Amino acid sequence: MAYMHIGKDFVPPDVNGKVTGRIKYAEDYTREGMVYARLLTSPIPHARVVNIDASEALAMDGVFGLLTADDVYPDGEPQSTGLKVLTNEPTLVGEPILALAAIDEQTAETAISKISVTFERLPFVLDPLDSLTEGGPDAYNGGNTYVFRQGFATEKWSADQVASFRAGNEPTAEPQQTFSYGDLDAALADSAFVYESGFTTAGYPHQSMEPRSAMAYWENGKLYLHGTSQSLSALADGMASIVGVPQEDFVFINEATGGGFGQRARANSIPSMAIPAKMSQKINRPVMMRVTRDEETAIGGARQGFQGWIKCGFKADGTMAAADLYIISDNGGKGGGGDAYSAADCISILYQTEAVRFRGTSIGSNTGHRGAQRGPGQNQIAAIISPILDKAAEELGIDRLKIREINTPQTGDVGGARRTPFTSAYMPEALKMGAEKFNLQERMARSRQRNGSKVTGIGIGQGYHNAGRSGMDGIVLLTADGRLKVHNGVGNLGTYSFASTSRAAAEVLQMPWERVDIVTGRTDRNLPITSPQDGSNSIFTNTRTNYGAAQDLLAKMKEIAALELGGDAADYDFAEERVFKSADASVGMSFAEIAQKGIELGGKFTGESDLPEELNDFTKISVSRLAGQSLMGIYHDNPHSNNPPGFTVTFTEIEMDTETGKYEIVDMVTIGDCGTVVHPQGLKNQLVGGAVWGIGLAGYERHLYDPQNGLPASTGYWQSKIPTMMDTPAKIQTGWVDLPDPENPVGARGIGEPAMGAVAASLASAISDSLNGHLFNSAPVTADMIINHVAGVTSDAVPLAQNNFRG
Amino acid sequence: MIRINVNGQSRTVDVAPQETLASTLRYKLGLTGTKLGCNRGECGACTVLVDDTSTYACSVLTHSVKNARVETVEGLESADGTLHPVQQAFVEELSPQCGYCTPGQIMAAVGLLRENPNPTRQEARMGLSGNICRCGSYDSYLDGVMRAAQIG
Repeated sequence: MAYMHIGKDFVPPDVNGKVTGRIKYAEDYTREGMVYARLLTSPIPHARVVNIDASEALAMDGVFGLLTADDVYPDGEPQSTGLKVLTNEPTLVGEPILALAAIDEQTAETAISKISVTFERLPFVLDPLDSLTEGGPDAYNGGNTYVFRQGFATEKWSADQVASFRAGNEPTAEPQQTFSYGDLDAALADSAFVYESGFTTAGYPHQSMEPRSAMAYWENGKLYLHGTSQSLSALADGMASIVGVPQEDFVFINEATGGGFGQRARANSIPSMAIPAKMSQKINRPVMMRVTRDEETAIGGARQGFQGWIKCGFKADGTMAAADLYIISDNGGKGGGGDAYSAADCISILYQTEAVRFRGTSIGSNTGHRGAQRGPGQNQIAAIISPILDKAAEELGIDRLKIREINTPQTGDVGGARRTPFTSAYMPEALKMGAEKFNLQERMARSRQRNGSKVTGIGIGQGYHNAGRSGMDGIVLLTADGRLKVHNGVGNLGTYSFASTSRAAAEVLQMPWERVDIVTGRTDRNLPITSPQDGSNSIFTNTRTNYGAAQDLLAKMKEIAALELGGDAADYDFAEERVFKSADASVGMSFAEIAQKGIELGGKFTGESDLPEELNDFTKISVSRLAGQSLMGIYHDNPHSNNPPGFTVTFTEIEMDTETGKYEIVDMVTIGDCGTVVHPQGLKNQLVGGAVWGIGLAGYERHLYDPQNGLPASTGYWQSKIPTMMDTPAKIQTGWVDLPDPENPVGARGIGEPAMGAVAASLASAISDSLNGHLFNSAPVTADMIINHVAGVTSDAVPLAQNNFRG
Repeated sequence: MIRINVNGQSRTVDVAPQETLASTLRYKLGLTGTKLGCNRGECGACTVLVDDTSTYACSVLTHSVKNARVETVEGLESADGTLHPVQQAFVEELSPQCGYCTPGQIMAAVGLLRENPNPTRQEARMGLSGNICRCGSYDSYLDGVMRAAQIG
C-alpha cells in the first residue's frame, strides 16, 4: 500500500532540541524562590527507623523543612511491596528515609549530617535461595515473598531441597505459580535428545542516564510537577493519586526523559517524584530534588535475577517437544515482577513447544528494587535457551538455522500459557532475511576455526515480546486555520513514538507533515489517556487511537460539507486539504473552511456532545477543556483480541580470544518483524539500541553486594558495566520484514524489547560456539568465566549464586 | 568572582573554590545543555571542549579553566541558527534516542573532528568511547560522526 507518511523517515519535532541542548529535562528547570531538597537514605539493608531527631538541623539558618514517611503516610505505610515515597521500614540500602529542604544543596547536606536517625537493624539476605532455606533471613518484615491480593507470606524449603536445587536438580517443593499445557511426560518420552540443567541469570540496574530528579510547585491550588517518565498521561493518572491531589488539579510536565527501560513507565515505579511535591506543599515553596547517580542506582530499578532449572526435550526431527522450567525469581528489596512466568511464556511462543510446564516462586532479597526492565523474563531466558537449541541441533545432526525454522512461530499459530493466536507472525521471513544478509552458510564454515588464541564463534538468536495493547483514547483537532493537532499522551523516552504514532492521523487525512502539530509534553495541554509506554506497545496501541480519531474527524468533515453543499456525507471525497463532491471536484470546501463551519455548529462537531460512552475519565477532563474550540475527532478504541507479537532474529560472528576471555563482535545482523514499518530510522534505533542491551545482558551486566554488610558494590556505570562503544560492533546491520499486521490500521506492531532478546541469545550462542559448544547456563558470561573454563579451572563459587559471586 | 571564556564570551561569575565546571555552566550560567549523568567521570554526558579538548565538565574545577576557552553545546549553532555540521548530521541520522547523552556525544565528536577531520569509523568509535549511551544509540552516533565528516 502506498502511504504518504507511514514507512517514511521524518524529523521528529524534539530532535533539534536534543542536538542544541535546548530541550529541557526535569532538572533543567528553575522557578523563582526555588529551594533544594536532599535525601537521607538507608545505610542498612534491612532496618526499622526507631527515632528521627532533626532538631539541630531544623534550627539551622536556611533550612525550610523536613519530610518523613509520617508526613507522607499519616495513617501508616501501606503494608505491601513496592517502593514507598519515604519509609520507616527500609529493605534495601539507599531507600529514602527522609528529605530536607534548604536554601541550597550544601546547606541541605550539612543539615542532613546533623540529623540523628536511630535504626533497629534487622536480619538481611542477599541470595533468595539463602532466604528460601529453612531458618534463613527474610527480606521483608512480613516474610520473604508477597502474594498478590493476599499480602506477605513466607516460603521455606529444607536445606537439602535448596542444596539439591543448587546442584542442578529438579526442585521438589510446591511452587507459588504454575502453568502448563500438553502432555509433558509423553513429550519427553518422545524426545531423542533431552537437556537438563540448573541455570542462573543476574540482576542488574536500569541505569538510565538521567537521574530521577524532579521539581514541584503549587500555584492556585494546582500542583505542577516537572518529572521524568516513559509515559505522560498514564504517569499523571497514577502520580496524582500518590501525591493525593485530584486529577484535574495535577499538571505533569515532561518534555523529555533521559531513558526509562521499563522503570519509569508507571507512577508506582518512580514514587520519589512525590517527594518534592509533598515538600513543596508543606513549606509553600518550589522544591527541586536532584538525585545522584548512587541514589538512582539504588532506587532506579533492577532486572529480576533467575535461579532456575530447565529440562528440554527435542524429537529426532528437531521439534522442541517439551520445556519444563522451575524458576526462583529474585524480588529484591521491594517486590518484583512477573519475569519468570514471561520467560516460560516466551519459550512456548518462540519455539512452539508442544508441552510446557512452568513452576515459579518469587523470593525477596535486600538488594535493588526490582521491576520491569526491557523484555522482563523473555530476554533473560533468550540467552539461556539459544545455546540449548544449538546443543540439540548438534546432538541430532540438524543445521542450527534449520532447528529454528522447524520450531518457528508463524501466522495461524498459537503460543504462550493461554495458547493465544498471533495477530500475525513473520518469523520464518525474518530468519530467511537475516540468514541471507549475514551470509550464514559461508560464515558457518568458519565456526570454531582457530587462529592462534582466537576462535570464531557463530551465533543465532531470536527474541519475542508481546507488542501491542488497545482500549485507549484518541483526540485530534482541526483548527480554524486548517491545521491538524494530534493530542498525544505517549511519553518521550527516546523512541520518537509520540511523533510516529501521530503520523497515523496525518495519514488518514493526507495532511502534509508541516501542517501537523503534535500536542504533548505536559498534561495541561489536554491529552487523551494512553497505556503506559512499556511493553513495546506504543506503536500498535496509539496508531490505533490516532487513526480512529482521525477517521472520526474525517467523517465529521464530510458531514459538514454535506450540510453546507448538499447531498450525503458519502457523496464526498477529499484530497490536498479539501473536501469535495466525488461527482464534481469543483464543489467543495477547504479543511480550514470546514473547521470554521464546525466551530460555528458546535455540539458533536467540537466535542461538546455525543462523546463515546467508554471514554476514560482522564480523557473526559481533556475533552471538556477542549470542547467548543476546534473541530474535534475523538475515539475510544475497543479492545482487540489475540497477541500482536514483536519478533527479532540476530546473527552474530565473534572472535574469541581464549587467552583473555575477551571477544570482538566481528559482525552482527539483526532483523525485526514488527508488522508494517512506520518510522524506519526509529526502528533502526530500537534495533541497534536493543543490540547494545543484549550485549550487556549476555556478556557484562550484573550487580554485586558485599555479603558481610549487604552494601551495594555496584553503584554506577562501571561496576555493573554497561557496554560502551568499544564493547559493541563498529557497525550493526539491521533489516525488517515489513509485512502488515491485520489488527492494526497501519499494520504496525512494537519492537523495543525483542530487539534486545535476539541479540542476547545470539551472543550467548556465539560464545558457546567459540568454546566448542560449552554451555555456561548463565547470563552474563563474563571474561573470568570464559578463561576459567578454558583453563579447566573448577569454580569454587556457590552454584546459582545471586547478587554475588559466592552467595 | 572570576572571568571565564564560554562560547566565545567572557563571563564574570562567582565561583566557589570546590565548584566544578559543570555546576558553573548549569547553575550559574544557565547553560543546561551540559548534562550531569553521574557527576563523577563515568558517563561523559557533561563533555565540553576546553581549548579544543574533550573534557568531563564534572571532573574539572572551574578555577582551573579561567584562562582557557570553554565550549558547550549551546555555542555550536551559528548566529543565524544554522546548525553545526555535527548537529546537522546527528539530526539527519536521527542519532539521539532519549537525548540525555547527546550534548556530550556532540562535543566529543566536534573535538574529534577538529583533530581528525576525516576519521575512519574505528577512529570515531575510539573518539567517542568515553561517552556512554544507555539507549545504545552508538551505531547511530557513529553514522552521525561519519556524515558530519562528509558535510563538515
